[in-house]
Amino acid sequence: MTFSPKLEEKFAKMLTIYPEGRQRSAIVPMLIYAQDEVGSITPELIDEVARRCGVPPLQVDEVVGYYSMLHRKPMGKYHVQVCTNISCLLVGGMELYEHASKKLGIGHKQVTADGQISLEEVECMGACSWAPAVEINYDFHHHVTPEKLDQLIDGLKKTQ
Amino acid sequence: MPKRLYNEPSPLETKVLSKRFGLENSESLATYIANDGFKAFQKAREMKPEQIIEEVKTSALRGRGGAGFPTGLKWSFVPRSSPKPKYIVVNADESEPGTCKDRLLMEYDPHQLIEGILIGGLAIDSHKGYIYIRGEYRYLIEHMDRAIAEAYAQGYLGKNILGTGFDFDLYTHSGAGAYECGEETALLDSIEGKRGIPRMKPPFPAVAGAWASPTLLNNVETFSAIPAIIRDGGAAFAALGTPKNGGTRLLCVSGHVNKPGVYEVPLGYPMMKFIEEIAGGIPGGKKLKAVVPGGSSCPILKADECDIPMDYDSLAKIGSMLGSGGMVVLDETADMVKFALRIMRFYAHESCGWCIPCREGTTWLRKILQRFDDGGGRHEDVALLGELSKNMLGRTFCALGDAAAMPTISIVEKFADDFEKRLARDRQMVAV
Repeated sequence: MTFSPKLEEKFAKMLTIYPEGRQRSAIVPMLIYAQDEVGSITPELIDEVARRCGVPPLQVDEVVGYYSMLHRKPMGKYHVQVCTNISCLLVGGMELYEHASKKLGIGHKQVTADGQISLEEVECMGACSWAPAVEINYDFHHHVTPEKLDQLIDGLKKTQ
Repeated sequence: MPKRLYNEPSPLETKVLSKRFGLENSESLATYIANDGFKAFQKAREMKPEQIIEEVKTSALRGRGGAGFPTGLKWSFVPRSSPKPKYIVVNADESEPGTCKDRLLMEYDPHQLIEGILIGGLAIDSHKGYIYIRGEYRYLIEHMDRAIAEAYAQGYLGKNILGTGFDFDLYTHSGAGAYECGEETALLDSIEGKRGIPRMKPPFPAVAGAWASPTLLNNVETFSAIPAIIRDGGAAFAALGTPKNGGTRLLCVSGHVNKPGVYEVPLGYPMMKFIEEIAGGIPGGKKLKAVVPGGSSCPILKADECDIPMDYDSLAKIGSMLGSGGMVVLDETADMVKFALRIMRFYAHESCGWCIPCREGTTWLRKILQRFDDGGGRHEDVALLGELSKNMLGRTFCALGDAAAMPTISIVEKFADDFEKRLARDRQMVAV
């Protein structure tokens, strides 16, 4: 299994930054960057990361189950993450999540039928003072209102 | 044009760590150097390691990640003479609900953090550091990587830094979504490529941390405070705050205030003045109901408890904590049942499952609170929630169990009326 040249370069460097013999340290970063390209954590990807880090696949597999950003099933091309934790909750985060769910017709960790957009109710992502917050893939959006969220989602649909 | 700020600064702030925020290209090495950057490193290279640590002790800086442990003391625990390599690990896994300051410190002033790390390297004889950044902050990982590359290119990182003969390599390391990895020993397991499960202490990370080697592990804000301390002296930093609570810190205020944002104030700043004047007071003329002083794990304060100075010891005196600086303000309309439920949903989700009191405790507390919120509450639930939480307190492997129990105990004790009112409302609905 190979990745894009850019990612291959990144991974080659990644394996050199930890102490000699501690290359399994690269497992978590490697998984999350690879997931961005592959779309999800597949059994083949687990085998590949295990091979590169020099551990049995089982040791990668058990790591996958622990981290909430790693998904075994593909999420949408655009993963819409709405925070409903306390700071967002107080200023409409829960209503925002429900609005998104209704608009997209999907629930927590579900994907639209065309595979383009997925939704997740997420825990605090560090945007508390600019709540309510939404992260689409890795882009933060602050002070999000239902109207602003509609625009964001409609924008995603147009760029498909 | 100055870089866009997330919120307008307040004239009442004391800007030490955030003084470069908003400057044009504040993230560049050139701007950093033109504004006092690397003066502290130049000074530190002339100092003995013990003198650096002594200066940090004098500053009365306490860990800004949440626990508030004296930083200089932590630094002194690292066995400098150990034959093993020593590592610096920066905790940038900012995930405590209510907290969003490390983001700004990395975004606006990455070189201040890098300089703080280098001074730590001089102090403990370390030549390698890792910044563990939460996966959700991908843009900041890329941002820090650019800053690190710039520092390497100009001789501020790598071999023979600025001709001093001191070598230091610095890398970023991405997390992938786990609150528990903010706990320092879980973070170390995570950086080693494992599930982020906390470790038995002792040995403490200072002695056996990353890859079983001595490790200096501090929060982003803690390291970011180091350049100012060394440059202007520990005593000057200490004098900004109150005894044993040195310096300034970045407070993140959110919830029901007119001007939510991140503001830098001295330790000991009056809480009500902060809420009313810096954070702009409560919208719509509503009354203050409660304050979470420093992130979701801190015991909640009722409005009449908030007339206090914000330092670690004053908060401890009234049974709460200054935590990670994430202040959440609740007005009279806040629904405490929903608030307690959301907190417990978080901790139940984030419990690593390693120890039973936390795994089971958070799950049952969540279930009881969910049932209560859904209208199936029972009178005895209020006492049960308190009792279950108290059973967790101090009986879990790491602080996550306490972090879940403390806010719950304080909410059911201080806002029992809110729970009773809910029960009365539910009974009425049944009667109708």
